[in-house]
Amino acid sequence: MSNRVPDTTEKYIEAMRARDDAAREVSWLRALRQTAAARFAEAGFPGLRDEDWKYTDIRPIERAAFMPLPADAAPPVLASSRRFLIEGLSGPRLVFINGRFSTVLSLVDGLPSGVTIIPFGEALRRKSQVLAAHLGRHAPADGHGFAALNTALLTDGAYIHIGAGVRLEQPVIVLYLATANAALLLPRTLVIAEPDSQVTIIEHYAAAADVTYFTDGLSEIAASANAVVEHYRVQEESRTAFHISGVHLQVGRSSRVSTHALDLGGRLVRNDVRAVLAEAGGECHLNGFYLATDKQHVDNHTCIDHAQASCKSREFYRGVLSGRGRTVFRGRIVVRADAQKSDARQVNNNLLLSRDAEADSLPQLEIYADDVLCSHGATVGQLDGDALFYLRSRALDDADARDLLTFAFAREVLDRIRIAPVQAWVERRISAALRLGVAGGMGV
Amino acid sequence: MLTITDLHASCDGKEILRGIDLQVNAGEVHAIMGPNGSGKSTLANVLAGRDRYQVTAGAVNYQGRDLLSMQPEERARAGVFLAFQYPVEIPGVSNIYLLKAALNAVRRSRGQPELDAMDFLALVKERLALVSMKEELLYRSVNEGFSGGEKKRNEILQMAVLAPSLAILDETDSGLDIDALQTVSAGVNALRSVDRAFLLITHYQRLLEYIVPDVVHVLVDGRIVRSGDRSLALELERTGYGSAASPQSSA
Repeated sequence: MSNRVPDTTEKYIEAMRARDDAAREVSWLRALRQTAAARFAEAGFPGLRDEDWKYTDIRPIERAAFMPLPADAAPPVLASSRRFLIEGLSGPRLVFINGRFSTVLSLVDGLPSGVTIIPFGEALRRKSQVLAAHLGRHAPADGHGFAALNTALLTDGAYIHIGAGVRLEQPVIVLYLATANAALLLPRTLVIAEPDSQVTIIEHYAAAADVTYFTDGLSEIAASANAVVEHYRVQEESRTAFHISGVHLQVGRSSRVSTHALDLGGRLVRNDVRAVLAEAGGECHLNGFYLATDKQHVDNHTCIDHAQASCKSREFYRGVLSGRGRTVFRGRIVVRADAQKSDARQVNNNLLLSRDAEADSLPQLEIYADDVLCSHGATVGQLDGDALFYLRSRALDDADARDLLTFAFAREVLDRIRIAPVQAWVERRISAALRLGVAGGMGV
Repeated sequence: MLTITDLHASCDGKEILRGIDLQVNAGEVHAIMGPNGSGKSTLANVLAGRDRYQVTAGAVNYQGRDLLSMQPEERARAGVFLAFQYPVEIPGVSNIYLLKAALNAVRRSRGQPELDAMDFLALVKERLALVSMKEELLYRSVNEGFSGGEKKRNEILQMAVLAPSLAILDETDSGLDIDALQTVSAGVNALRSVDRAFLLITHYQRLLEYIVPDVVHVLVDGRIVRSGDRSLALELERTGYGSAASPQSSA
């Protein structure tokens, strides 16, 4: 491992030891942290020799040695913080600036009974038992070093609990805002949907322009029987930032969990989405759109675990690459021996707008049951010449025709976003990033 | 309107058109018939500006302009319309969006103001009736999941909305059942006018029962070997293309 920079690993281990509030912490949390710290010390940072990381070189993150902000660092006063809020989107809101909860920007008044939306700091006081039962329980203990790092140095996070039978109409917005240079930010989200409940969560990662930092985020979502959970991760980190995230979905009996990975920003981005179809009749939908322009590197790893019978999974990821953009998609589907009548479909399409862009698509099916329906399809290609000519023969000029086809390609996955303001927001960002002459609303 | 002089074109180094001469005047309907591989579709695509084909010799004059030097979109804006033999499916672009973008591109190029949503919808609905097309197809992605007949109707709808000066229909009749053929033909006939010309490319005489041409040309091996009136099409139906190509029967 001569290519590694050992200093950063040791600095982080030192930071884990040096936490001055450790002694005051409840025992379950202290134990959780210690286990994670041990895991981090053991696993360290993944290297190019790890099969799961061979296309994504994270050494720039190690070299930069981003450090956690001191606990007493005052959250900045943002004159124009409203510009980070998705236009037209209303609902309860938790806002974290550089990992610290912002009471000023958050909005959690008047929630229906059975709904708890609070920062971890408060959850530790009011909901310690539920937190203890779920935090760190839905992400595997033997995950990669980044997941362990998040837990070991956990600062704060969003606690969202929806009681049995409660259907929350408005989406819950969690905004993780970065404004600090050189910071290691550790956003953490926990969603617990009790039986027969319904909730939509939007995790939004945004940044003040021109800051370089490292977001190491982890989300755990547990859907009990018959729950319906719709989850969005809108990632628009700064163009010099590093973003590594894990989304862990626990799908209960006959529940339906959807997650949308919308990756627009960041310099080096890696997401792991893992869905466990843990009980019969569960259903999960993984949608993803990623954009890699200039020198952006975006790596999406997904794993759907059909652990029990009669579950359904649908996966649809699309990426648009321009400049020297580089993307990786690895979609793993595991169908366990007991998981008969599993129904899994996976599609990944990549559109290359430049010769220098490069996309890798790696479907990986592991099927141990015999009565299953599984399919996958992966494409990497350019704009369709026939379609371009067709549009030009209808009087559209070449540039407009290309923009329209590019936008249409993205739109097929963006159409699955069920919240109109989020869809419009993301479409505008994509249009701007690719300098497309088309923006949302391709109606009349 | 259109004068083609000694046009030669190849695809992948293979010569397909070997000296086409053709004169089409405003108000006329010309049919170009010929066996498979004779170059009919190549001619249509060359006129529309498809870059897959290389023009190696000859000239095409369209309304006093050098058509071959124009980009496909410039040709479309100047009033040239190709109804595709195989209309392309474009997922993610709604049919009505394309219609509006196309019409407004044409209007802008002519210095006309863009149509607002209300006027545009009124126009489209009127033209929709012409081709008996279901309105819901307007809001679907262009040609995606359309039946063969719906795709061809959609081509004629686009033609009706764009109101071209020169309409080239590339085997619009292929794959149509008799009802669809009648509807599509009625749509074309309704658009016939003294300042509009049609070039109908077809393999079968059948289409010409519904759209009666002024002139029929027979294309064999990249050349027009005979031209005549409508009766030529009927003769071909009886005797086949083999006899048309033979020197003694050449016009």
